[in-house]
Amino acid sequence: MSDERRTPGMTVHCQEIVELVTDYLQGVLDPDMAAEVEAHLELCDGCDIYVEQMRATILALGKVPVATLSESAQAELLRAFRDLRGPAAP
Amino acid sequence: MSSADAKPHPLRSRVSDDSQQRDAPLVARLRSGDADAFAEIVRTWSPMMLQAARSYVSTDASAQEVVQEAWLAMIRGLDNFEGRSSLRTWLLAILANIGRSRGVREARTLPMSSLGRDEDDGPAVDPGRFRGPDDRWPRNWTPLGKPRPWPSSPEQEIMAAESRTQLEHGLAELPERQRTVVALRDVHGLSSDEVSALLGLSAGNQRVLLHRGRSRLRGLLELHYAAGEPVMDT
Repeated sequence: MSDERRTPGMTVHCQEIVELVTDYLQGVLDPDMAAEVEAHLELCDGCDIYVEQMRATILALGKVPVATLSESAQAELLRAFRDLRGPAAP
Repeated sequence: MSSADAKPHPLRSRVSDDSQQRDAPLVARLRSGDADAFAEIVRTWSPMMLQAARSYVSTDASAQEVVQEAWLAMIRGLDNFEGRSSLRTWLLAILANIGRSRGVREARTLPMSSLGRDEDDGPAVDPGRFRGPDDRWPRNWTPLGKPRPWPSSPEQEIMAAESRTQLEHGLAELPERQRTVVALRDVHGLSSDEVSALLGLSAGNQRVLLHRGRSRLRGLLELHYAAGEPVMDT
């Protein structure tokens, strides 16, 4: 192996980084691999941008509107709760 | 450690699963008939329950019914809750049971946990964007393939609204298992353990689905922003 490839951050390639990003963000890579990924991100602006975009995607997902139970369904549940467990419940 | 999972979830009322101690006041209030406490958890947990329920059954309407049944079962079963898990975990287990039975009755084709043919095992990024194995910088980004930064402020607000719309569409188009995992994890903020338990997936399978779904959605946003870029003179 050439000296170049022994440099931290150089043993893992960009094409692998994009497959490792989920495990990396989850914190489940083994410490050596995580360190290698970190080193690569310091050297490689393309991958650094990629990981930031992944983070941005995840954050944006947290703001996507969600469906919920209808108001009437929620009201019905509240009534059931009061009937079964409220102060006046048997 | 850099981890998106470590950041507090922006707009969701995210109750962490290790909340057994924090649970005790809530459980006490519910047992004493505190309707406000009940209304609050119905409001904050139902969206996530609907997402999970939808993965067991065939229609949105069924999912609504499954969620309502789960809440009713919780009200009736509250005296039997022993606090060995968090209230939410217990409720989600109830939801899973009701959802799965319902799914069987509806003869839904594929339960979530079945492996079978995977819907999408493509790479996260088009291989054409990387150099070849014999290149001097093997499998690194090509100059054209390299990601370009997305627009930032002062276009932030417009960008944020557009992203949300893109992601809504993107989620709807994902293969179902990827959609469910990405939605439960990233939209609703459940932990990986909670999602694994809810869907009967191993941690590894769940991560693969999450990875594929997220990769596809990032790609969608990338296309969207690239479409808005001024054309470069060559």
